[in-house]
Amino acid sequence: MSFIPDGEWALGSLQKLFKSGYYARTLWFTFWQAAVSTLLTLVLALPGAYVFARYRFPGKKLLQAFATVPFVLPTVVVATSFQALLGPRGLINELLQAVFNLSEAPIQMNHSVLFVLLAHVFFNYTVILRMVGGFWARLDPSLTESARVLGASSVKVFFRVTLPLLKPAILASSLLVFIFCFSSFGVILILGGPRLATIEVEIYRQAVHLFNLPMAAALSLIQIVFILLMMWVYTTLQRKQVVTLQPVSGAHSQVPIRTAKDRSWVGGNVCLILLLVGTPLAALILRSFLTDTGLSLVYYRALFVNPVQSIFYVPPLEAVFYSCGFALVTLVFSVVIGILAAQFLSVSEGRISALFDPIFMLPLSTSAVTLGFGFIIALDRPPLNLRTSLLLVPLAHTLVAFPFVVRSVLPALRSIPQSLKESAALLGASPFRVWRSVELPIIGRSLIVGAVFAFTISLGEFGATVFVARPQTPTMPLAIYRFLGQPGALNYGQAMAMSSLLMLVTAVGFLMLEKLRIEGQGEF
Amino acid sequence: MKRPISITLILSLSLWIMGILPGTAFSKPLEITVMTHDSFSVSKKVVAIFEKREQVKIRFLKAGDAGAALNQAILSKNNPLADVFYGVDNTFISRALKAGVFIAYPSPLLRHIPDELKLDIQNRLLPVDFGDVCLNYDKKWFQKKGIQPPQDIAALVDPRYKNLTVVENPATSSPGLAFLMATVGRFGEQGYQEYWKKLTKNGVLVTKGWQEAYWGSFSAASKGNRPIVVSYASSPPAEVFYAKKKPAEAPTAAVTSPGSCFRQIEFVGILKGTKKLKLAQKLIDFMLDTDFQEDIPLQMFVFPSNRKASLPQVFTKHTVTAEQPVMLAPERIATQRENWIETWTDIVLR
Repeated sequence: MSFIPDGEWALGSLQKLFKSGYYARTLWFTFWQAAVSTLLTLVLALPGAYVFARYRFPGKKLLQAFATVPFVLPTVVVATSFQALLGPRGLINELLQAVFNLSEAPIQMNHSVLFVLLAHVFFNYTVILRMVGGFWARLDPSLTESARVLGASSVKVFFRVTLPLLKPAILASSLLVFIFCFSSFGVILILGGPRLATIEVEIYRQAVHLFNLPMAAALSLIQIVFILLMMWVYTTLQRKQVVTLQPVSGAHSQVPIRTAKDRSWVGGNVCLILLLVGTPLAALILRSFLTDTGLSLVYYRALFVNPVQSIFYVPPLEAVFYSCGFALVTLVFSVVIGILAAQFLSVSEGRISALFDPIFMLPLSTSAVTLGFGFIIALDRPPLNLRTSLLLVPLAHTLVAFPFVVRSVLPALRSIPQSLKESAALLGASPFRVWRSVELPIIGRSLIVGAVFAFTISLGEFGATVFVARPQTPTMPLAIYRFLGQPGALNYGQAMAMSSLLMLVTAVGFLMLEKLRIEGQGEF
Repeated sequence: MKRPISITLILSLSLWIMGILPGTAFSKPLEITVMTHDSFSVSKKVVAIFEKREQVKIRFLKAGDAGAALNQAILSKNNPLADVFYGVDNTFISRALKAGVFIAYPSPLLRHIPDELKLDIQNRLLPVDFGDVCLNYDKKWFQKKGIQPPQDIAALVDPRYKNLTVVENPATSSPGLAFLMATVGRFGEQGYQEYWKKLTKNGVLVTKGWQEAYWGSFSAASKGNRPIVVSYASSPPAEVFYAKKKPAEAPTAAVTSPGSCFRQIEFVGILKGTKKLKLAQKLIDFMLDTDFQEDIPLQMFVFPSNRKASLPQVFTKHTVTAEQPVMLAPERIATQRENWIETWTDIVLR
């Protein structure tokens, strides 16, 4: 639609797109930073996934919930906590300066690519940890054990046995991380500085500032085509080798910590998580209590006061209520749609699924601005006049969240041996019964992982996808943005306090979701 | 084996929420809808005055930043989302008028509004508030270092202020764009390019938006190390108002010398296609009258357009209004905006 502003095709304004080298450079930067971020996240998170899949240790659930918290935090908040930690006047620099008596801050990371990569790892660590970890826990340890008995070294076992088996989950989660980094808007602009523009930034600039919708649409298309290309690579890699295997329950595959080697594995990874995820979060929580006169609860108390009697004042409990409400509805929608989509992909012919698989990923890879304006244009007539309906919020969240369920469930679904389903059917089970008693228990764990992400995405979404925010139903991220919108120390403190509250609600939500057991599923 | 109680719980809870929410939002008798941007605010008390007098409910739709909100109003003109739109500013006014989404309304209250704020002679968009975008500096920082703080935007290129300034990217931020326009108005079409070349050499830092500049880099508000920031002339009173213990003096100050600020004027208008024209006109009158106008400063930290509205004490004490702010003709902004941003980006970022 945007290509035809006055009834004529306005391709003239697009010429610039191909002439100027600027856009090619932007595309290249967008690509390589996403690739490097994904690789880095993978390298750092795989050992963690192993530890979470194979060991039982105290505090494991808590740590896992904790590692997922970054996913919900607004970028501005994360950026300020990184700044508080690693910025020129941050904690670490001040410490180093005090210890080594330096006049200049030794770490100058502000507005560098390194900062962006670090933040991407911080955000996406949990995606790999959970999706690969969940899959890994179901791999039968006797496979690797027998390889070891047959004399293979542990390195060889990892590369020849474990890695090929894990490939579907690794590919699926890497794809998600890549798409996230590819369409990263906030992180790059805020931490990387405006010099590092990605396609997403250009789309926003063209659509909102210059109201040049043809250009914005063209850039969106380029972005989508690129993601489709990536999806194609992914599906080809994925299809080459589908290993089906007998899944085992976590109870059999997980062991307590026994040897010194175990201890160093687990300890090392726990330390990594604490360092990578823990320190920025701790800096943030600290700032919600820290005032110039010492530690106090003044910012938390201020949350409950409406000093100027604004009609848009957000009572904290109400924000928690609406946030959780939207998140739960999103969770239900995404799980239902996600399961249906994954089932469809797993049974359909290669070519059909190769066509639909990328389509299911489209919402995730489409720019938020494009989606937002799309809603305005597409939903303006009955029966779909949903533009101001409350239902639009969870619907928009679901659109972004359900691909996570699909990606999480699909590898598990594909690994189920056909023989398992057939034997159940031979024994007289109805198709629904087969699904209920054979497939559901096996995909259960992956389903919960997908559900956790759907919940998280909805909790953290502050309205980028739905421009028309409803002040009547405020959520926690919206409240944070409201506080950060005005000067004054009290506003900043309240934003930090509300962010800490968001973290708490998120962690509690996760722990409760983890407690979910699907009937008959046992200890998956 | 555990029973799936929690799943049932989640399902019923979400169904309950879905059932209860439309009930609260849609069962109101008569409503008038105001579409606006994210930074809009008003007090409950003032809204209640209008709601009680006219026996209606005002519903607010916040639609992103000022640019995104206007674009959505334009995109939805065939079936408008609201009756009244609040918050088109003078950098976007020509786009709004060209799109033809507003209806003229010569409100009787216009006589209390200074003529220099009125930019649409047909009164399709009526000036409702204004604010000045200008430099703010960290008083304590300059005192400690014994350096004279800048008193004019031209001074920023001075080596004394090397690596001290943070500005917002005009492509992604409205104060950033306003500041760029201040330099265009002050130094002219050629001069502003020279100015930014020098400023880049002098180590200016560019951030995405106001929040990142103020909360991320400004030394008076954060752990940042830049004592000069582009913000509003009314930021110092906000620093006082939102302090834990109200200080006698603001920790920051604004540079308001002639030709150093850009005046942003915000407008309100009736959206074409409204079915409640009479009511919408009453609401416009209300927004231009003293009850609403006197509420504006502490809600949004900008100035009321109505001359008769009095300012709160924290404003009269801690704010200096800009002397001879830069103003550019809306038509010039409309034709040159893209060009200025492109040129700026080439000079400063590429």
